[in-house]
Amino acid sequence: MSATETTESYGDSTASATRITPGNALRPEDIQLQQGAPGEAVAQYALRLGDDALVLAQRLSNWISRGPEIEEDIALGNIALDQLGHARSFLSYAGLAWGKSEDDLAYWREEEDFRSLHLFEQPNGDFGVTIMRQLMISIYQHLLYTELLDSSDETISAICAKAVKEVDYHRDHAIMWTRRLGIGTEESARRMRHALEVLWPYVGELFEDEDLYDELGDAGVRPSSLRERWDTEFAAVLESADLEVPTGPFALCRGRHGEHSEHLGHLLAEMQVLARKHPGASW
Amino acid sequence: MSTSTTTLWAIAAQVCDPEIPVLSIEDLGILRDVQLAEDGGVRVVITPTYSGCPAMDAIREDLQTAFHAEGYGDVTVDLVLSPAWTTDWMSESGKLKLEEYGIAPPTGTGHRGPVTLGLAVKCPLCHSLNTKELSRFGSTSCKALYQCRECLEPFDYFKVLS
Repeated sequence: MSATETTESYGDSTASATRITPGNALRPEDIQLQQGAPGEAVAQYALRLGDDALVLAQRLSNWISRGPEIEEDIALGNIALDQLGHARSFLSYAGLAWGKSEDDLAYWREEEDFRSLHLFEQPNGDFGVTIMRQLMISIYQHLLYTELLDSSDETISAICAKAVKEVDYHRDHAIMWTRRLGIGTEESARRMRHALEVLWPYVGELFEDEDLYDELGDAGVRPSSLRERWDTEFAAVLESADLEVPTGPFALCRGRHGEHSEHLGHLLAEMQVLARKHPGASW
Repeated sequence: MSTSTTTLWAIAAQVCDPEIPVLSIEDLGILRDVQLAEDGGVRVVITPTYSGCPAMDAIREDLQTAFHAEGYGDVTVDLVLSPAWTTDWMSESGKLKLEEYGIAPPTGTGHRGPVTLGLAVKCPLCHSLNTKELSRFGSTSCKALYQCRECLEPFDYFKVLS
């Protein structure tokens, strides 16, 4: 768009953020400001955090127009947008190491190249399942991003400083709904128990360490170190909602190694089809 | 043409938030820095309110347009994440403008835990403090949805991010 066409647009009350322009993708240099390109280990780490956020954003955005009430529709859409923002920052930063943009990483990798955890790709289910997934993930992300404020990598720390404030709201949202549904009606409580049952097997993977953490040093946070605090916080919320922490075993998940459940392929197919059908297209 | 930083800042400060057009990016506190580079180009630094805020792209484009209109050709707009934006950076005049526009400005120091014990949010229409939160998420990332118990009007509240 040339300058002459938009001369009147600044400060114009008819201008809108929803106006889509070419080249909306974050430029690598936007992220590069904090410090230079990441080394391979930090890039791999940013890829993992970015993939988790991207997959959750895609899942949550499926609720738009399907929420149980208009406020929830908006809330889940907002949370999806925040997660997408985190994904854009993490993936742009990771991509710097390999000369790839956020779009290259989001749209042009295959299922086995994604490093997201299984919990994030679990289907939305009913509203109870989505809320329980949100509760598990938001407590986890809040603990993780808070720890990462002290990351020796300045860019990771900067992205998390932004993200942690937003995840704080996501966590509140999930806690309030968990209580409302847990102590609501017999039916709502039954659905929350069901949600706990179907999602619990994927909780274990959140806290699994990999060899990568040896290379990361102070740039990353070992997931296993978050386990105790997560357990305490999660149990407290469930107790306040008249729900019990499951005791069942965890599933063997290898999302960090690119091995996913059947769900991720379908999610990616929907997310990637437009970009692949029309390579390089802009709105 | 004067190229003092004050002049450059004034040009950048004309740009408004596309979703809240009564507020300039200066009022919002997202305009962080404006510099004239040695080669005559302008470098503007902004910071997003929320990570996924789509207004950033529109603001970047509007900044370039504003500087082009004043005769500056080479304009770079950089986005920085750190230090992270907080509603404390919103100017007092910005808060007044928000209220006049019908959006309650941020008050207090944000929520602490699941029970909100913040200051009461004032209805921007009838100024009653007897209001309630309908949803913590509103029409944009930065707003929550409230309703006044006195005049019954629903309104947007610019939520605290501290």
